[in-house]
Amino acid sequence: MESMAIADCLREQFPEEILQTQTFQGQTAVIIRPGRVVDILRWLRDAEAVRMNHLRSLCGVDNARRKDPNLSRFEVVYHLTSIPLRHEIRIRAQVAEEQPCIDSVVCLWSGANWLERETYDLMGIRFNNHPDLRRILLPEDWQGHPLRKEYPLKGREEWAGMTDLLNRVKELDQFGFNPKADASGQFGPNPEKQP
Amino acid sequence: MTSPLKQTLECPVADGEGERYSLRMGPQHPATHGVLRVDLELDGETIVECTPQVGYLHRGFEKLAENRTYSQALILTDRLDYIAAMANNVGYCLAVERLLAISVPQRAQYIRTIVCEMSRLASHLLWLATHALDIGAMTVFLYCFREREILLDLFEELCGARLTFSYPRIGGVRQDVTTAFVDELQRFLQLFPSKVAEYETLIDTNRIWLKRTVGVGVVSGDEALALGLTGACLRGSGVDYDLRKHQPYDAYDQVEFEVPIGSDGDIYARYRCRMEEMHQSVRIIQQCLDQLPPGPIIGPDAPDLIMPNKAPARMEAGTNRYGTGLIRLIRDRSCYLDGEIYVATEVPKGELGFYFISDGSSRPYRMHIRSPSFIHIGALAAIARGEMVADLIANIGSLDVVLGECDR
Repeated sequence: MESMAIADCLREQFPEEILQTQTFQGQTAVIIRPGRVVDILRWLRDAEAVRMNHLRSLCGVDNARRKDPNLSRFEVVYHLTSIPLRHEIRIRAQVAEEQPCIDSVVCLWSGANWLERETYDLMGIRFNNHPDLRRILLPEDWQGHPLRKEYPLKGREEWAGMTDLLNRVKELDQFGFNPKADASGQFGPNPEKQP
Repeated sequence: MTSPLKQTLECPVADGEGERYSLRMGPQHPATHGVLRVDLELDGETIVECTPQVGYLHRGFEKLAENRTYSQALILTDRLDYIAAMANNVGYCLAVERLLAISVPQRAQYIRTIVCEMSRLASHLLWLATHALDIGAMTVFLYCFREREILLDLFEELCGARLTFSYPRIGGVRQDVTTAFVDELQRFLQLFPSKVAEYETLIDTNRIWLKRTVGVGVVSGDEALALGLTGACLRGSGVDYDLRKHQPYDAYDQVEFEVPIGSDGDIYARYRCRMEEMHQSVRIIQQCLDQLPPGPIIGPDAPDLIMPNKAPARMEAGTNRYGTGLIRLIRDRSCYLDGEIYVATEVPKGELGFYFISDGSSRPYRMHIRSPSFIHIGALAAIARGEMVADLIANIGSLDVVLGECDR
């Protein structure tokens, strides 16, 4: 089926939820409200004519600097494809700026588990009903969400855990463990040879 | 009454009632192929719960790419799957080309297909070497590295690098193939099928190999789809999904090849799929070499890079409407379209997808990388649950993960 035809079917099925349809370079994106995202994706997965059985990717986008005024602050983008029928579609669920959250689709594809954790970690969008929503790529005590547009490319401070780590080194130092001395002895310039 | 000695010698049997203990495997464990840590909850030798911990190699590529031009971000893709960097480069270039509507000349498409398949061979050889080493077959490791060396030498002949190539460019490739490269590659193609047969005689019907792989780590087709597995891991479970056939890119629709499909979904099925893929890769490269058309290697509307030796990057420099310099192109905003694109390619590990959002400036507004390794490690918990701890090593090997790509 053509992507546009799928988008039309979707509009027929969920007239309240579809906000807009966009096509660029032959790929169709359907912009939806976040409320019934699980129902929409379940319909796309199970409907006989569509059968989108493969969730290709799931990611979050920060729309803070995009020009389109109709978009919310965040969106979660799902790429679906049908392996038997060989067609694909992109679903963009709009998520509000205040306490961004959306329903989890782990109940449909168990592989979405890590993708949603990644989106939470890097973009700060929470997923309701997620079995294990923790940070995944960054340390657990990390502050902020790096893929948001206001997050700086280069930070001024050290990672908070670094202080703990250095204190731990000092503590071990009492027992004769001195990494600095070892390092300078092995790799640093030899003080005796210097003039 | 049993003596204390006999009690300790009796085999522990996991009945779910024994004392559980936790074990941390990695991040420096040699069989985790990089810095992967797996937190295990064990009952005897049976895995009750398995939690992979990733992120040790996180370098923030998606954030970095938002602050670089499209040409500059190309080098980041080398550092994703460093075993098959060429395939990542090609995937990235294809996505940017589709986003900016840049055409690629036919010769460049064929060269890209050749290097993609060469990197598939290099990747599968390294996978077979380490996977066999994990299970205990040392000889295979040495044999595979012998052939992989020839491939790396070929890459060196082609672009001067052995690991991080950045050889494909947006709109084509960087340099044309030399006759020395083609001759050497032909010789390799003559030799290689017999070498694959050699690996197969070592392990294909080896009793130890069969015991360790047949019926271990079984994933059904539906399960594999739900977990998001792609590549040989999905095809080993009997699902026919290969992007080279489903959405052909470059010259894949011009060559004949078959997609090997397994049925059992165990480690052995995945192993057989990859071995057969190596034969098919040789077929593809041979056909591409035979059909290699003459012509330019980079398109007329491609963004240019200033070369270190100041040589023109394309056949007829200065004839395109954006001029020849990269700097000129950044100023000319008309070539950057406002839109979004998702383009996926079949890399050795599975489906590598690039999702770009462009807002009409020279830098991507958002780049998301759908990396197969990340999703495969995510599936490890479901696959390894209830199996023996020794089989976890075999499972990690057969999923074929690279942590650089997983953590990005």
